[in-house]
Amino acid sequence: MNGVLAAQGLSFPILPALVFIPIIGALIIAALPARRVELHRLVAIASAVVLGALSVWLLVAFDPSNPGLQFVSSAMWVEALDIKFVLGVDGISLFLVVLTGILFPIALFAAKPEHSEKGYYFWLTLLGAGCMAVFLAGDLFLFFLGFELTLVPLYFLIGKWGHGRRVYAANKFFLFTMAGSALMLVCIVALAVLDGAGEGGGVTFDLVRIAEGGVLSETAQRVLFLGFVAAFAVKVPVFPFHTWLPDAHTEAPTAGSVDLAGVLLKLGTYGFIRYGLYLFPEAAVWAAPALISLGLIGIIYGAVVAAMQRNLKRLVAYSSVSHMGFAVMGIFALNVEGLEGSIMQMVNHGIITGALFILLGYLYKRRHTYEISELSGLQKVAPVFAGLFTLFMLASIGVPGLAGFVGEFLILLGTFLAHRWWAVVAAVGVILAALYMLWAYQRVFHGEPSEANRSFKDIKLAEFLPLVPLIGLVFFIGLYPKPILERIEPSVQLLVEHIERQVPGFESPGTQDGSELQPVASGAGSGSSPEGGE
Amino acid sequence: MSLSILAQTPLLTEQIPTPVVSWPALLPLIVMALGGLLLLTFASLFGRRVGTPFFTWWTVMTGLIAFGTAVPLWAQVQGWDRRVLWWNPEQTPAGAFSTVGGAFGIDGFSVLLTMLIALAVAVCALVMAGTSERDGERHVEGPALLILSATGAMVMVGANDLIVLFLGLEVLSLAVYVLAAMNLRRVQSQEAGLKYFVLGAFSSAFFLYGIALVYGGTGSTSLVNITGFLADNLLLGSSSVLVLLGIALMVAGLAFKVAAVPFHSWSPDVYDGAPTSSVAFMASVVKIAAFAGMVRVLVVGFDTFAADWRPILQVLAVLSLVGGALVALVQTNVKRLLAYSSISHAGFILLGVEAASDTGTRAVLVYLVAYTFLVIGSFAVVSIVGRSGDGMHSLDSYRGLGRVSPALAGTFTILLLAQAGVPFTSGFYAKFYAVIAAVDAQSAWLAVVAMLSAVIAAYLYLRLVVTMWFVAPGDQTPAPGLPIPATTGVALVVCVAVTLFIGITPGPLTSVVDEAPPVVVEPPVEQVADAPGLDGLPPGLLDALGGGGAGGQDPLTVDPGGAGTPAGGAP
Repeated sequence: MNGVLAAQGLSFPILPALVFIPIIGALIIAALPARRVELHRLVAIASAVVLGALSVWLLVAFDPSNPGLQFVSSAMWVEALDIKFVLGVDGISLFLVVLTGILFPIALFAAKPEHSEKGYYFWLTLLGAGCMAVFLAGDLFLFFLGFELTLVPLYFLIGKWGHGRRVYAANKFFLFTMAGSALMLVCIVALAVLDGAGEGGGVTFDLVRIAEGGVLSETAQRVLFLGFVAAFAVKVPVFPFHTWLPDAHTEAPTAGSVDLAGVLLKLGTYGFIRYGLYLFPEAAVWAAPALISLGLIGIIYGAVVAAMQRNLKRLVAYSSVSHMGFAVMGIFALNVEGLEGSIMQMVNHGIITGALFILLGYLYKRRHTYEISELSGLQKVAPVFAGLFTLFMLASIGVPGLAGFVGEFLILLGTFLAHRWWAVVAAVGVILAALYMLWAYQRVFHGEPSEANRSFKDIKLAEFLPLVPLIGLVFFIGLYPKPILERIEPSVQLLVEHIERQVPGFESPGTQDGSELQPVASGAGSGSSPEGGE
Repeated sequence: MSLSILAQTPLLTEQIPTPVVSWPALLPLIVMALGGLLLLTFASLFGRRVGTPFFTWWTVMTGLIAFGTAVPLWAQVQGWDRRVLWWNPEQTPAGAFSTVGGAFGIDGFSVLLTMLIALAVAVCALVMAGTSERDGERHVEGPALLILSATGAMVMVGANDLIVLFLGLEVLSLAVYVLAAMNLRRVQSQEAGLKYFVLGAFSSAFFLYGIALVYGGTGSTSLVNITGFLADNLLLGSSSVLVLLGIALMVAGLAFKVAAVPFHSWSPDVYDGAPTSSVAFMASVVKIAAFAGMVRVLVVGFDTFAADWRPILQVLAVLSLVGGALVALVQTNVKRLLAYSSISHAGFILLGVEAASDTGTRAVLVYLVAYTFLVIGSFAVVSIVGRSGDGMHSLDSYRGLGRVSPALAGTFTILLLAQAGVPFTSGFYAKFYAVIAAVDAQSAWLAVVAMLSAVIAAYLYLRLVVTMWFVAPGDQTPAPGLPIPATTGVALVVCVAVTLFIGITPGPLTSVVDEAPPVVVEPPVEQVADAPGLDGLPPGLLDALGGGGAGGQDPLTVDPGGAGTPAGGAP
């Protein structure tokens, strides 16, 4: 508790700073004259680096023993509607905040726009604010604003700085996401009105008040839950709503892809946990089998389609569908293992896919193509590049000892406890991941380089440096996930207890006799984590 | 009440008592009417010497002064405890009131909308000045008609009597018909004016017929008397049919003015043909006035019939929302595109009216405030890109505008995103309140339809954004260095500033809107006492004189048989 008090006593409002620093940075960029290109880059990088430093500081100051929201700061925003500016962070959001803080500066360092620098840096910086607002929000309305705020910057990033069919991809992205959030907005309002009525008039957007109020009828809960699912399922994306993603990813500029895959897809899965499970526990239990099944379909479908891609970036995009399918599955296993694994998976996927997109960005800069058939024998001419690609590829496949394994293992474990056969089928997805990744690797990197590929230059030091933190994280998380898991676990535990309390007769699968939970929790605690047996 | 007093008093005495008029309450109206007339006089005397800058200055000042004169009224309605200009809380009682014998209401609703109209006139005048300066036109008619038309709009927002509402509607409409036909060089403009006039006259006739039927059913045209009558009497049989038919016809008349589907067919043609600066006025002030009328008549006057008129509005709302958004998708002319999008916006505002509640009225007000500046700003951009002659409105004219004129394209982008309802713009809160109203009124399905049609509409705004930013300039794109007239520039700055300000801190607007519910206030008692001999009348005479006794301070349950109403007075 002392740690909490110390943290709460911080004179510096760190969470508002995380939201406002990118906004201020973006405003400065907007105010600078368009000719001073180097200043735009400087301000963008400076604000992103400060963002990263603050998020790391947050990580250090975070109290692992406190499962609730920490560093809470609250201010009234719109009095008439009881909309508050509430920010807080707990074990569920902590690592997503840190991920955002790390990936944004890296994306800036790793890629430069080819034209119209001012707008590019403006939108990219603003995007960071939206992501932070979503992860930190403790108020439904603020959350929704952040969720929507991510939309416009990415729309412009894809539409103006993307490749090929960028306009089509940008429109598709915008409309899919907006359709989802339109339904969510109606549900948020309905929730606010219904809960406000329960409290004696008015409306409320206070997350905790709504969740603990429990005035919703079963039907209302289910209908509203489906509205939220519509928004999150598009964002994740869950299987039938995924078609925008390959287009958006393929046509986006490198930094856009990194942030899209690394951070923005997590808005959906995070939303499932924070809003889906927390606000509508009964409906979540009711819909869990369907959503697990959709997650499973996503895993297999994404992998199979990825294997058939001719475009390397599209391949990675479909692998995202597969990996995020794991995250969804873990969430709706509705137990501690699954949820923990899901959060780990989000972080890992952000790091690994972010790194892969950066590498693909380097590749595109040299060859101006993502077509697998145009590339060959790169290992000969660019061994370091090939080595880095191998590392992140293996992590993505889920090789033990690297980051990807931890999340997928926990998810499979959690799902196994809840729905045994689903986990068995999902394990096939892991094998398929190895198939499509290695096959692509073989075609691109092995063999003799063709004429066009012979002059392929290996990676430069300036290009290598942004990847260093990601390499470190891939190994660190893979080998020693304990410090991360022990910060996630209390909050997840609390959430699972909340669900069990709110849903009569529901017991989180896997905790029935308590013994099945023990190995993970204590295993992570003692350092002999499951993947230690590798 | 006023009308019946006026009608009956000559029988009783030689002296004709006129209703007490609270002149300060009518000051905004007087300022506008005088402003318009003086401008015409002035221009006919010295027009050649002064020219457009003076007309513009005059119009803007008229708008601002009218706004200023509405401020003490707001203070009075809200009961501020300190002096504001000529209003002194110690001398005059605070609160909403009505004047001219109850025909004109001063409440938060009317004062707020009066202020909004005054500001809209000022901003529209700036836009108009920009185009007329560019095209070398030196007409005074434009500014003068703006002012006079806005006077009609102000009458409508305060009307507490159906006849007064109709008078306002006609003053407003006649001026707008001429505004639509004002571009002498384009034949489409004359066509637009004529089309608008013919169809508008039809709709006015509908409205008037509706009033007549309502009078037949309730025995009065005053909302005070109507609400009083409906509260005391349960209408059965044919008299309820009269009232219902009357309501339906009035809804049709007003739905025409707000261009709700299926009464919308004039609007794309008129928007396309009319001068762009007039369209900015039509799309803003006419809608404000018509929606204010709708709220007054339906939500305040006939709230007891809500179960009957709500389904009508639901149908109108759904058709407007979906129809407007869908048809807009295939437009290649930006003015037509914005016309259809404004139809879709009207659907959103109808959501607020449909809710038939305080929350709904609040939603209407928020939407009107936000939309007024959005739409004036949008058409201001269109008027600049239209270039000399105001004719370049195809989507191709916007190709690569972001490269040619980033400031203009940026402004338009903000306004379009706001129309799409993106957060941190006023458009978001407008839609948000409309959704709250619908959910609150148990019609969440309507909110879902509205939001989904907002997504469709978002696509069309995106199409414009894409054309401006992601496409290379073409033949029709303005040449680099497209001049932005200074006055239009000021108007754009105002519109964007309001849009972003409301979007970032909606607090001030919501707190103002919360204080602005429409109410029906009976005329002060002493006015009735002024009418000599009224108290001494035998009750039978009152009956014989028509439904005059039904409202006012005298809640007699009168069978208004004298008005030819067969209504049974069942309590």
